[in-house]
Amino acid sequence: MNRFDYIRPVSVPEAIAAAAVPGSAYLAAGTNLLDLMKVGASRPERVINITRLPGLDRIEWLPDGGVRVGTLVRNSDLAYDERFAKTFPVVAEALLSGASAQLRNAATVGGNLMQRTRCAYFHDLAGACNRREPGSGCDALGGENRLQAVLGWSEHCIATHPSDFCVPLAALDAIVEVEGPHGGREIALDTLHRLPGATPEQETALLPGELIVALRLPAEASSFSRNARYIKLRERTSYAFAVVSAAAALEVEGGTIRKARIALGGVAAKPWRAREAEALLEGKQATAQAFAEAAELALAEARPSGDNAFKIELAHRIVTRALSLALEGTPQAMPALPASPFPALSGANHVI
Amino acid sequence: MSLSIGLTINGQPRTVALDDPRVTLLDLLRERLDLTGTKKGCDRGQCGACTVLVDGRRINSCLALAASLDGATVTTIEGLADGEALHPVQAAFIEHDGFQCGFCTPGQIMSAIGLIAEGHAGDDPERIRELMSGNICRCGAYQGITEAVLEAQKTLAERNRRDAA
Amino acid sequence: MSSEIAFPSPQHRRHGSSAGQPLTRRDGVLKVTGRATYAADNHPEGMLYAVTAVSSIARGRVTALDVEAAKAHPGVVEVLTPANRPPLSHDPDDKIPPFGFRVEVLQDDTVRYVNQPIALVIAETLEAATEGAALLNPQYEVESARTGLENGERFDTPAVGVGAPSRTAYGDIDAGLAAAVRVTEADYVTPPQYHNAMEPHAVVAQWDGDRVTLDMPNQALALSCAAYAAYFGIPAGNVLIRSPFLGGGFGSKAILNGPQILAILAARMLDRPVKLALTRAQMYGPVGHRGQTWQKLRLGTDGEGRLTALHHHVLAATSSFDEFMEPAANASLPLYASPAILAEHDGLRLDTGTPGPMRAPGEASGSAVLEVAMDEAAIACGMDPLEFRLANYAETEPGTGKPFSSKSLRECYAEGAKRFGWSGRPLEPRRMRDENGFLVGWGMGTAVFHCPHFPAEARATLRADGTALVETAGADMGQGAWTALAQIAAEALGLDPDQVELHSGISSLPDGGIAGGSGHTASAGLALHNAGVDAIARLAELATADPASPLFGAGNIGVEARSGRLHRRDDEGRSESYSEILARAGQAEVVGTAKAARDPAVAEAHALFSHGAVFAEVKVDPDLGQVRVTRLVGAFAAGRIINPRLVRSQYFGGMIWGISFALQEEAVTDRRTGRIMNADLAEYHVPVNADVPSLDAILIPEDDPYVNPLGVKGVGEIGITGTVGAIANAVWHATGVRVRHFPIRLEDLLVNQRDVTSAFGN
Repeated sequence: MNRFDYIRPVSVPEAIAAAAVPGSAYLAAGTNLLDLMKVGASRPERVINITRLPGLDRIEWLPDGGVRVGTLVRNSDLAYDERFAKTFPVVAEALLSGASAQLRNAATVGGNLMQRTRCAYFHDLAGACNRREPGSGCDALGGENRLQAVLGWSEHCIATHPSDFCVPLAALDAIVEVEGPHGGREIALDTLHRLPGATPEQETALLPGELIVALRLPAEASSFSRNARYIKLRERTSYAFAVVSAAAALEVEGGTIRKARIALGGVAAKPWRAREAEALLEGKQATAQAFAEAAELALAEARPSGDNAFKIELAHRIVTRALSLALEGTPQAMPALPASPFPALSGANHVI
Repeated sequence: MSLSIGLTINGQPRTVALDDPRVTLLDLLRERLDLTGTKKGCDRGQCGACTVLVDGRRINSCLALAASLDGATVTTIEGLADGEALHPVQAAFIEHDGFQCGFCTPGQIMSAIGLIAEGHAGDDPERIRELMSGNICRCGAYQGITEAVLEAQKTLAERNRRDAA
Repeated sequence: MSSEIAFPSPQHRRHGSSAGQPLTRRDGVLKVTGRATYAADNHPEGMLYAVTAVSSIARGRVTALDVEAAKAHPGVVEVLTPANRPPLSHDPDDKIPPFGFRVEVLQDDTVRYVNQPIALVIAETLEAATEGAALLNPQYEVESARTGLENGERFDTPAVGVGAPSRTAYGDIDAGLAAAVRVTEADYVTPPQYHNAMEPHAVVAQWDGDRVTLDMPNQALALSCAAYAAYFGIPAGNVLIRSPFLGGGFGSKAILNGPQILAILAARMLDRPVKLALTRAQMYGPVGHRGQTWQKLRLGTDGEGRLTALHHHVLAATSSFDEFMEPAANASLPLYASPAILAEHDGLRLDTGTPGPMRAPGEASGSAVLEVAMDEAAIACGMDPLEFRLANYAETEPGTGKPFSSKSLRECYAEGAKRFGWSGRPLEPRRMRDENGFLVGWGMGTAVFHCPHFPAEARATLRADGTALVETAGADMGQGAWTALAQIAAEALGLDPDQVELHSGISSLPDGGIAGGSGHTASAGLALHNAGVDAIARLAELATADPASPLFGAGNIGVEARSGRLHRRDDEGRSESYSEILARAGQAEVVGTAKAARDPAVAEAHALFSHGAVFAEVKVDPDLGQVRVTRLVGAFAAGRIINPRLVRSQYFGGMIWGISFALQEEAVTDRRTGRIMNADLAEYHVPVNADVPSLDAILIPEDDPYVNPLGVKGVGEIGITGTVGAIANAVWHATGVRVRHFPIRLEDLLVNQRDVTSAFGN
């Protein structure tokens, strides 16, 4: 880890002023930043600890039924907040399927939104990575790319965004509140993370020095609370990043889908909202056929970026699954294995 | 650059002069405060061997900058036993053979204590397995670990009931 | 190793002898309180930190290192490179037998694999040493990396593993295949795997003149002392290795490696104690791994499902500069009766670190493939997999015809099948679903592991207070040696285990042999047993020669040691306590010593193996391909069991390694550069708690009068054999998809499933 100046601002304006100096990085819990600094993928000269900034660690319910979550709220505190989990169960499930209990206890809401890709070539300092070092190339292309993006990638970068949390947030039209050198503004979560295009180093829509101060979920998002699931495929039962994942949320009336929300994880450099698939479902009967068509549409643009064509098929299937499980209904209690396709062990087998 | 922070470690308030802002809580404990019970298995939040309680919550001490924890209360494996009397989780780990080489054990035990305090697992072994999955045991003592957590949780609950009565 | 450990009360309940009791671990309290000290927990006064800088290329030369930049970093004390590395007394390219490998210790600027040490940075703090190493900014002259079948160099090899023959033929394989009604033939691949003990390799080295003390995890103390002595040009007696606890070994801590040698060298050069602990990523290179294999199996069967030929060919990867090839085909030698067996290996040179023994080296990768091939052959014959194995049960060792010293495999099959509920299993795949619609599959595999025995020595001292001190330089890496060895010694000494203090884990004690090959309990245990017997004999001499003793004159009749007293064999009532005997003799103690090794005649006359049977249930998501091993039942027979609690844990550990091998572990190498792209614990998956919902291990009683005087076989590695195949076979049974490479991945199970009706309504 390189040497750095350690700065402890006591207010948001002070933090933003401190971050105006190039080479600065905001530090919250550090579960991602410190990891990247240890690897050397991130070498900030100034580390600005924002964990002491006042007022950023609250969950506030808004008069219209929406919620405003401070950037420093810990992932586990949000997931286990009773009202939050009841109102936005798909977000709670996604949170609890990510990382480990220890990491969720530390990691903040803002930190989760800002986490960087897990692409091995981004972490491999000896290799070329346009995201880490603009213009150096992309060694993931033609490399070990089994788990890389199948949507929205470019020849400059095929990395994926690793967050589980952001997937339902994208689906539910979450909004990010930021403060910066030029004042405050709001960014739709769906546009916070950028597709790589020719500038993969521009990972988010944040301008230099801008700080996420809160996350908002609109009141309308609570209308899905009865039919919403997050499903995540992993290479072990827990404590693993998604190979692919999907959040599905439905508003169903008498078998007819009134509203649908779908987003995918592990498939692109951002959580992938599937708006056309949502539109296709709205007004239709909730049938397996409709779900399959929606999944087809959600992946219509997908193409392999390497040895990962299987991810397209898997993503297709997981969208279908997430939709059918959402239709079955949000479980009364958080599943023992959150977001796992496997229910908790019980029961006998039968021979067919 | 020297930073001074205050920490309460295993019940003892201490003022720690940090010689370097890069020091993680894990390296502070192990290399500067002679609290080597907390282990470094991966140094990247990928194994759980370094789990400690900070302000009562289990976290990976390898991914926490010591400087950022000014004022925090830290509990490590060394702070559990009451004299020679083992904490119920420690005793249950021995009884259920919830370890082999013992290297991940301090982290497992601190994680188990955190899990029990969080209170989200109930007596459901599947929930315990899931919520203990942030602690890798390469020797494969998982079955004993799950049994130990279940038993210790029961012991602690009974103790709390007795204390309340 | 202190014996001052308080045990919880239940373990004091004893029935019969000290051995055989399910005592909890003697080191349990130390381990649960954080007081067990592992190597990197040591911190001598004035200690410096060393961090290796490692290569990011697989082949070529280092052309430049920015030593100035590293040295300019505050706190950096020295940078060791080939330019200033002090000489060693032994050529690092000259292997030290029996387990020595070529090591990279900055002998020149050549790079032979990724993560090879190319410099060592020593600093006052860990933070400074780490950043110093990062500032070296190495420049390379890069040569193309040989990373796979297409560019690796194939070669013939006379030996595989540690000196095992690379080709063994029994009978006429061509005739056997020609006589077969069916030949089941398939190719399989196993991936490179890394030990990943939880404790990274570490050393704290302190020199005092020409003597050095090394705190390091070590599975082979005496051999390592001799090897370090050779490298540093000092007598072996001047090397003291302290290894009271190992945070896992699995074979990777039995062999010297470059980084540790360099840290010791730096300590001598700077005349200050030096600590080095590898990072997790740095463990993917210089400390061994399980090499990749490409295997071909040909099984000929007759009309009754009996093998007519068993041909196992293995192409095993090794490094460009040294040899350790997985002796995988040899897994096919001791298990199934066949008139013709051919096990053969070729080598493949790749630009990797040299592989080494990793838990069940050869047996694991060979058994994984053999058991899948047996499943395929059973299906081809239309037979139940268990029935097929029973049809090919070997009553004597195939090929040699030697009798087994003991073999209770039939009991393992029967008890395991019963506990699992194997009967009624449909032969056809995709016939079982659970209540949630998940595919359910059942598979099985046979477990087998040989019984090596390493020479070992021990000392037993009976003390005036009636307690004993027993000593041998053994190693406990989690298998429970401190407990089991004390139990064996206690039994020989006629004492309760609590009265026996065990000193071990330090090289100044009598050579305890190697903690490897599942042979430590038998090897060190027999030495302790013999030392105890010797001490008792000496005590008996004192007593029977003393007219004041009630045992006087019983020399010819003999005495028996029990509960801290010697009893006349012919008269139970006449006895005397150890304390009384010593007190009257005016002796503070009596010391027994022993050396123990295997009787070559026993090995000549018998085939020596542990056996087992593993049954697996998996559930597979019919659409998504995700697998969960929902039940594993293993039944194992391994001679006499010293401590069933700890043995069960050993079996569980092995079985979990089986889950890992079957479904998770694989080092992913970039084919262009040779770099390992998942050199960590986040993407190199090993099982977590949620992967292990249900394990069961049945300990089949087995009396082995031949294997060694204790009747003890090994339990540390057998659990991984059998399990891998059982899981792979269960996956086939669930899905109908036969995967012939490991690990089995999500995408493997998507094949052929598009048209299958799912339980989920689409």
